[in-house]
Amino acid sequence: MMHPLAIFMAADQSALRPAGPQSAHIHWLWDVMLWVSVAVYAIVMIILLAGAWKRRKATDPTPLTDSKLEQYIVAGVAVSTLILFGLLAASVAVGKATSDLDPRNGITVKVTGYQWWWRVEYVHPDPQQYVTTANEIHVPVGKPVTVVLTGADVIHSFWAPNLHGKRDLIPGQQTSLVLRADKPGVYRGQCAEFCGLQHAHMAFEVVAESQEQFDAWYSNQVKEAVAPQTPEQIRGQQVFLSHACVMCHTIRGTEAAARTGPELTHLKSRATIAACTLPNERGQLGGWISNPQSIKQGVRMPPNPLAPDELSALLGYLESLK
Amino acid sequence: MFFRFLNPALLMMLLLASGCEREQRRFDEPTAASAPVDSIRMTPQQPGPMTPVPATKAPYSENAYALNEGKRLYSAYNCEGCHFLGGGGMGPALMDDKWIYGSDPANIFETIVQGRPNGMPSFGAKIPRYQIWQLVSYVRSMSGLAKSDIAPNRNDSMQARPAEAMTKPEHPKQ
Repeated sequence: MMHPLAIFMAADQSALRPAGPQSAHIHWLWDVMLWVSVAVYAIVMIILLAGAWKRRKATDPTPLTDSKLEQYIVAGVAVSTLILFGLLAASVAVGKATSDLDPRNGITVKVTGYQWWWRVEYVHPDPQQYVTTANEIHVPVGKPVTVVLTGADVIHSFWAPNLHGKRDLIPGQQTSLVLRADKPGVYRGQCAEFCGLQHAHMAFEVVAESQEQFDAWYSNQVKEAVAPQTPEQIRGQQVFLSHACVMCHTIRGTEAAARTGPELTHLKSRATIAACTLPNERGQLGGWISNPQSIKQGVRMPPNPLAPDELSALLGYLESLK
Repeated sequence: MFFRFLNPALLMMLLLASGCEREQRRFDEPTAASAPVDSIRMTPQQPGPMTPVPATKAPYSENAYALNEGKRLYSAYNCEGCHFLGGGGMGPALMDDKWIYGSDPANIFETIVQGRPNGMPSFGAKIPRYQIWQLVSYVRSMSGLAKSDIAPNRNDSMQARPAEAMTKPEHPKQ
């Protein structure tokens, strides 16, 4: 059996391993600031230690003159000012470079932050091609992706450090950033603005894949949910539609069309559930449905005390939603 | 010197501590939350002499968090689709003093669970009991029937009406 944490180990989350041009800029700035600070620290410590080592004899009668003291202070202030202005210039240049990516010929993804998960929508001029999913953002490698961000309840912040810096999601307002993944891989991101009780369990994954893989994924997401085949799946769909599930979730192709919780049309195509809190496996999903409060206390999903055969059928149905 | 500061500090702490209990948030509700009592009456008329009907109390009527949850669920479950923000539309207004099926918490609970003729759907099978009680307390706060320090203070988005905490209590008529 797969180790329960294997899924999280697979996803990379580090600003020190940039996978796109913007994060490379930010990484460069991080390097510059680190090494300048290291150098300044080292020089100051050397001067300090040298001063302590070569201390004047207590009997030395000549005090340091005011003019000499002044020279030292002026020199110190001048050097510090120059270095700080240098860092400021580097910071402004990086800020400009990270926001300079040309969004043309790319795709647009709308991300809405909820307590405590992410709604992901692929904006398409043809409504038939509009895709909604949750907590997992697929992007084609090498193509610019405009991420349009807004918050549904409180302020959240979108942060996938391998790809870009942070950007706040503000209710009633739209912000955006353009990112590009140059290396295929799974990059983990998370909410970077404290947004309530389960802020720590509000993560997402950016899956960067080749254009062909992305197209295949997209054309599957566009489809309606597969109809239940086996008697168990048919029963599971009935359980879904006749219990609390239907009050919050959408499964396209059925009567479930509520938009309070994440869309489940292709639930099984996602690697995780509960905003990257659990791997998307039958046992984990069953535990989550039965009592989400024991896993992610305070989450908006209520406990669902289903009969064992009902839960089993429901899981059978949900597992078929590929 | 130390004792001179101790008393005011202690008093202040006690004063602050007195606010602790109200905001207790309960996430793990017992699954079989209390069912409504049998004494629910849809009409004040009775055969024979009038016997008083004991008023029931919603489990969460004293809990600000539960009322806020009720407010969130009110839009999540699309109550506002018919009742709007309390002024009513397709469904009757909830911020006035008229209660077709009773203003008592148990009456409102049953109205949500069973549904009512002419459009009110029955939510009983689709919403957990504890959330219905949260909705009951919130619905009562819409016409000022909740304490002002418990009722929600503001809306997250559209300010279409004064906050529930600012609403003057109506006097329910059957």
